[in-house]
Amino acid sequence: MKRIARSTLQTAVNLVFFAIIGTSILSATYYLTHDTIVATVKKAKLKLVSQLLPPDSYDNDIMQDIRIVAADELLGTDEATQAHIARRGDQPVAVVLEAIAPDGYSGKIELIMSIHPDGSLGGVRVVNHNETPGLGDYIDIAKHDWITTFDGRSRSLFKDADWKVRKDGGVFEHMAGATVSPRAVIKAVNRALQYFEAHRDELFVADVKPEKGAKK
Amino acid sequence: MTLAEMKEIAYNGMWKQNPGLVQLLGLCPLLAVSNTLVNAVSLGIATTLVMTLSSATVAPIRSYVPNEIRIPVFVLIIAVLVTVVQYLMNAYLYGLYIVLGIFVPLIVTNCIVLARAESFASKNPVLPSAFDGMMMGLGLTAVLAVLGGLREIVGKGTLLSGIDLLFGEQAKAWVIPIIPDYHGFLLAILPPGAFIGLGLIIAAKNWLDQRAAKKISSQPAPEALPEAAQG
Repeated sequence: MKRIARSTLQTAVNLVFFAIIGTSILSATYYLTHDTIVATVKKAKLKLVSQLLPPDSYDNDIMQDIRIVAADELLGTDEATQAHIARRGDQPVAVVLEAIAPDGYSGKIELIMSIHPDGSLGGVRVVNHNETPGLGDYIDIAKHDWITTFDGRSRSLFKDADWKVRKDGGVFEHMAGATVSPRAVIKAVNRALQYFEAHRDELFVADVKPEKGAKK
Repeated sequence: MTLAEMKEIAYNGMWKQNPGLVQLLGLCPLLAVSNTLVNAVSLGIATTLVMTLSSATVAPIRSYVPNEIRIPVFVLIIAVLVTVVQYLMNAYLYGLYIVLGIFVPLIVTNCIVLARAESFASKNPVLPSAFDGMMMGLGLTAVLAVLGGLREIVGKGTLLSGIDLLFGEQAKAWVIPIIPDYHGFLLAILPPGAFIGLGLIIAAKNWLDQRAAKKISSQPAPEALPEAAQG
């Protein structure tokens, strides 16, 4: 009995030993790559934002000027997201908002868009989607420039009934045979604009301290 | 490690025991990521790296690991290595990291990695083990490359699309349009295309094997056909 206990203990110690070594290697790699990862992710996001907003239209550090946006039905989000505020001097230029279209053909479509203070869209991009390749994926700028039809559109320009694909009586083009994906995107953008209308003032409040939004 | 041993290991990994065509282990990533050549080869190389390192790590510690806990220890080693590779890709190959997505961490669950650790590295010295891991990985990469290439040509009419994720914007010009003005063949890109493509490649390999066996056996007394490779 004693011998069994001892050999069991030995095995356990052995396993713990390997676990400790494994964990140390992992934490070392984490610390070595963490800064690069944060920088890379930031760079990728900035590159995306530069498609939505001309970099010379604002002069603040847009990555630091952050609002935490609580989860909201209009945005389709189920957890808090970050909104980036672009300013030139004291004047707000645009807000970069994340939104989710929950009703894509295969799951959620993640969107990012810039909205100017007057409620017009600077641009919309699909960040992540699982739409059918070659069919519904033309909502992705890498495949087609369909998504640029949103540039400059606003809810003062179009009524609710217009925020639909042409087939449903709206004003947005779509490709024959693939209406689910654009429908989802259009609906989500329209809802995000409604969210913006309701929250415009809180988003653009000018008392922002850059270090406030630094946490992730 | 003698030359003959090396040859045998290489032959096993690339052809006779090829993980993608004969052992049929690790099919999930094989089928999911082989929609373009670049994706397929990238995942293949990541898997090869993990397999080489894991076999090279398992071999030297094989006599210190009690038999009862060898599987958890091997899995632990593989998981650590995969996570390290994942961190590195996230830091230095971000575009590709996004494309391969969940399939990088899923290398852990690729049975072929554990299978080689268990069946080869736990019984052999470091160098042959590392070499075995590498050749098995390369065998898988080769299958991935052929399958990815086929699916991309049939599905999209191009080769090397997405190469810019690896080498930056200027690499966009490297994409080779194989069939101009091609509208794409969706089936090849979707999962069924992967199954059909893999089936065709396995059939081609078995056909080659049988033809080779016939040639050999037809010289002495004609024997029964050797059995097809086991799946």
